[in-house]
Amino acid sequence: MLDTTVQYTYLASAALFILALKWMGQVKSARRGNWAGTAAMSLAIIGTLVAGGFTLAGYGYIAAAVAVGTAIGVPMALIMPMTAVPQRTALSHAFGGLAAALVGIAEYYEHHHHLPRVTAFVLGAEVLLGALTFTGSLMAFGKLQELISGQPVVYPGRNFASIGTLSVALLATAYLAVDPQFVPAMVTVVASALLFGVLLLLPIGGADMPTVIAILNAYAGLAASAMGFVLNNKLLIIAGALDGTSGLILAIMMCKAMNRSFSNVLFGAVGQIAADAGQGVSPTGKTVISYTVEDARALLENTRLVIIVPGYGLAVAQAQHACKELAAVLQAQGTEVIFAIHPVAGRMPGHMNVVLAEADVPYDQLWEMETVNPRFAEADVAIVLGANDVTNPAARTNKASPLYGMPILDVDKAKTVIFVKRSMKPGFAGIDNELFYLDRTVMVLGDAKKVVTGLVAAFKEGAH
Amino acid sequence: MEEVLESPMIANLFVFMLASFLGLELIRGVSRLLHTPLMSLTNAIASIAVVGSIIVTGKQHDTLTTVLGTVAVACSVVNAVGGFLITERILKMFKKS
Repeated sequence: MLDTTVQYTYLASAALFILALKWMGQVKSARRGNWAGTAAMSLAIIGTLVAGGFTLAGYGYIAAAVAVGTAIGVPMALIMPMTAVPQRTALSHAFGGLAAALVGIAEYYEHHHHLPRVTAFVLGAEVLLGALTFTGSLMAFGKLQELISGQPVVYPGRNFASIGTLSVALLATAYLAVDPQFVPAMVTVVASALLFGVLLLLPIGGADMPTVIAILNAYAGLAASAMGFVLNNKLLIIAGALDGTSGLILAIMMCKAMNRSFSNVLFGAVGQIAADAGQGVSPTGKTVISYTVEDARALLENTRLVIIVPGYGLAVAQAQHACKELAAVLQAQGTEVIFAIHPVAGRMPGHMNVVLAEADVPYDQLWEMETVNPRFAEADVAIVLGANDVTNPAARTNKASPLYGMPILDVDKAKTVIFVKRSMKPGFAGIDNELFYLDRTVMVLGDAKKVVTGLVAAFKEGAH
Repeated sequence: MEEVLESPMIANLFVFMLASFLGLELIRGVSRLLHTPLMSLTNAIASIAVVGSIIVTGKQHDTLTTVLGTVAVACSVVNAVGGFLITERILKMFKKS
């Protein structure tokens, strides 16, 4: 009886999860979507607790764990600055992966004497996915938080080492289907998957983070789904599958937006050149036009359309609020201001939108690449703030460039380009940007926040 | 009771397949503007692993599984609570001019 009731609860919960994603589609219903998700999760947890029929001590352990989880989760969500959303996301993938792996290990430990072959195999898959998501996401967190170097780490034979480790993990998982009682196979799955997560992330550079975070998202979901197969729980299968496909689609979108393949992102180690190329002068010896903040302000006077192109550098410099002020002073003089958002700008899908939304930039001023590109030709000025590779015309013209074929923002079509940059270092992909040397490009070297704040101040002085 | 004609594995695979195709359709419909909150929401949804964690913890098979389960419950709750809260915080910031 109780069993049937809990199944109906799970059914309602699954329906709410589906509605949550459906409502997440548009801004106007997105918050309702989040509430539906919250309700679904609460239903699932309450249903499980009621149907569990555990001892008092059992409920005690659960209550303690819930208290600890809440005590960590709430401050993490409320205090964290918006520019740190990618790190938080990576960290929560790590928690999700760890939970799935631990449950898998516990189930295997308890039942390994009488496990059907298929169940043992699925348990292996759950632990494999969970463990590699755990270490992989911790590495991603470390790189994004700059606890470890964000540069790709390359060593001879790295692809051989990664694929070899993954093969060991897969073979050990497969062997669990042959001999479910063979404990060393599970131990091998755990060890090799943990190692593979680290190896997978070592060669990943900053610019490839959006894709990798999306892939880790998919793995965390698939691990939850695998847990559903083991427990014969359809709610877990559905919720995990929704999460898995979400991560997969986002990863595919990110790859498309860079014109790269999955394997190129995962094993290409793009970005390694940047370390040797940052000399402070143009690596090609070509000259750029340098402007002061005051000169740059003059360019912005009496303009009709200004397009601002934000990139990761904007988030690093925390320049979003200054950016919003600049937009306001420009709008006050009658200029139309729009923001051009490249799909892979930042460190995770949609990163720039969130950072600008935090500074109260209305979302109808944030234009996607396809819609904003035709407008660059009519723009008097394009201001590039902390973006680089996504504006590089070499992607259109230079077949030898690693960026060739990547859809870019047509910044070079604007009448004047103001490029704000900390130094003359190339972007994360380690490639020089032809845009710097155009005769209509002026470089303003300096921290994005300082430069933009300076521009705003110069405008305000000019007004008096 | 009637004889079971198909294993739950097959039924579960059907559920998985259908949910995956449904997921593909739903996620395709999400505006690019919302990709970050989408990720934090799906993150929270993936913490449905809390169900399995609770079951493992609650039945207290032995010390090891109880400890593993308790840690798993704590991890999942961090994700669930944190994920939904951060999604709400992000979505509240999106304003039209």
